[in-house]
Amino acid sequence: MTGTDWPLWEVFVRSRRGLSHTHAGSLHAPDAHMALRNARDLFTRRSEGVSLWVVPAGEITASSPDEKDPFFEPAGDKPYRHPTFYEVPEGVQNL
Amino acid sequence: MASATSPPREREAGSGAGPARAGAPPEKSEQEFQADFDAAVAADERIEPRDWMPDAYRATLVRQIAQHAHSEIIGMQPEANWITRAPSLRRKAILMAKVQDEAGHGLYLYGAAETLGADREELLDKLHSGRQKYSSIFNYPTLTWADVGAIGWLVDGAAITNQVPLCRCSYGPYARAMVRVCKEESFHQRQGYELLLALSRGTPAQRAMAQDAVDRWWWPSLMMFGPPDEASSHSARSMAWKIKRHSNDELRQRFVDICVPQAESLGLTLPDPELTWNAERGHWDFGPIDWQEFQEILKGNGPCNAQRLEQRRRAHDDGAWVREAAAAHAAKQRSRPVEPPAHQERQPAGAHTAAPRAARSGDR
Repeated sequence: MTGTDWPLWEVFVRSRRGLSHTHAGSLHAPDAHMALRNARDLFTRRSEGVSLWVVPAGEITASSPDEKDPFFEPAGDKPYRHPTFYEVPEGVQNL
Repeated sequence: MASATSPPREREAGSGAGPARAGAPPEKSEQEFQADFDAAVAADERIEPRDWMPDAYRATLVRQIAQHAHSEIIGMQPEANWITRAPSLRRKAILMAKVQDEAGHGLYLYGAAETLGADREELLDKLHSGRQKYSSIFNYPTLTWADVGAIGWLVDGAAITNQVPLCRCSYGPYARAMVRVCKEESFHQRQGYELLLALSRGTPAQRAMAQDAVDRWWWPSLMMFGPPDEASSHSARSMAWKIKRHSNDELRQRFVDICVPQAESLGLTLPDPELTWNAERGHWDFGPIDWQEFQEILKGNGPCNAQRLEQRRRAHDDGAWVREAAAAHAAKQRSRPVEPPAHQERQPAGAHTAAPRAARSGDR
């Protein structure tokens, strides 16, 4: 058995408490535990993280990359969801 | 965003098919995809793995990233050669960390190549069989301890000059890998400079050793930027695609300008009698590069080509048992009843069955 048979894992690193995990890259490993250890050696050699996630790459479902995709369109015509949509009379404070 | 760069890319990227999928709008034409791609590149946006891209763009990136990855991996050898003979524990620890970094850089880069649909095992095969190249610089031998310093200062210095603009490369995963690599690389350069400085201020013999190393590594370092612009076949296209941001000669000049004052501070000389300040250009003029030597090394006739490849193949073969053991261990773990592994024992039993869950419980 060689490297190609090993699944691909996506690695997410939390750089410090209070921040979310961020995608750092990917690696191959035969199982989740070895993926975690490899991720530690590969992505946190300089204490870049306090927590790691490894996710089987095949388990991630992604949306279409095309920004003009109708998938995101419903939000496109709803500017009233932003505060800047509204007119506030001159001089009104704290609004 | 993670969700946009992730794994479905693996299957789709390789197929070369457009982004047609369930629920997608009517297929765009090739021209429309090309127009979107051109617009994104023109606007300095990043191309991400699942975006449509021209086949030649994909092929160029795979070739370049693979060659870059191979260079990192082969680049471990000349310096690893000195680990056992490092003159102090401090120098030894530094050198080991550096060589380990090079392995890490190779892995970041192989990972980036895979986002384009390349297969890692295949890339390694191509390296081992000589079908893909690595940087010619690593085909020179490391004859003395001072070579470790010269490599850090000059070879890593040249690599940084090359790689900093790659942090803004149009292909997202490559650019992000380069950000990480450049951050780590700056220690490599400094440790080399410090090492040479120590030798330069040492005994006459140490000083001579440092000068000899610089004499031997200077010209090959200048060759690292590749052939002169007029002879560089892919440069113009790569620059149009914003994979490359500066021409070979531009980067080479930048490197020379950086090195001249650094050499002076080291108290060492660069082996080029034609090196002179050109006030008109605002740059250092330098002598002609021996491109014949460069071509010979590319052809495989450098002093260490055969040795580097042979050692790489041997390391890969000798490591087979580790890969087999890891696979066997994973298979054994899968067949066992659920039980927390030793390194996660602070977590609730069973939490390790799924990685994200284990990770989350570890966050608290």
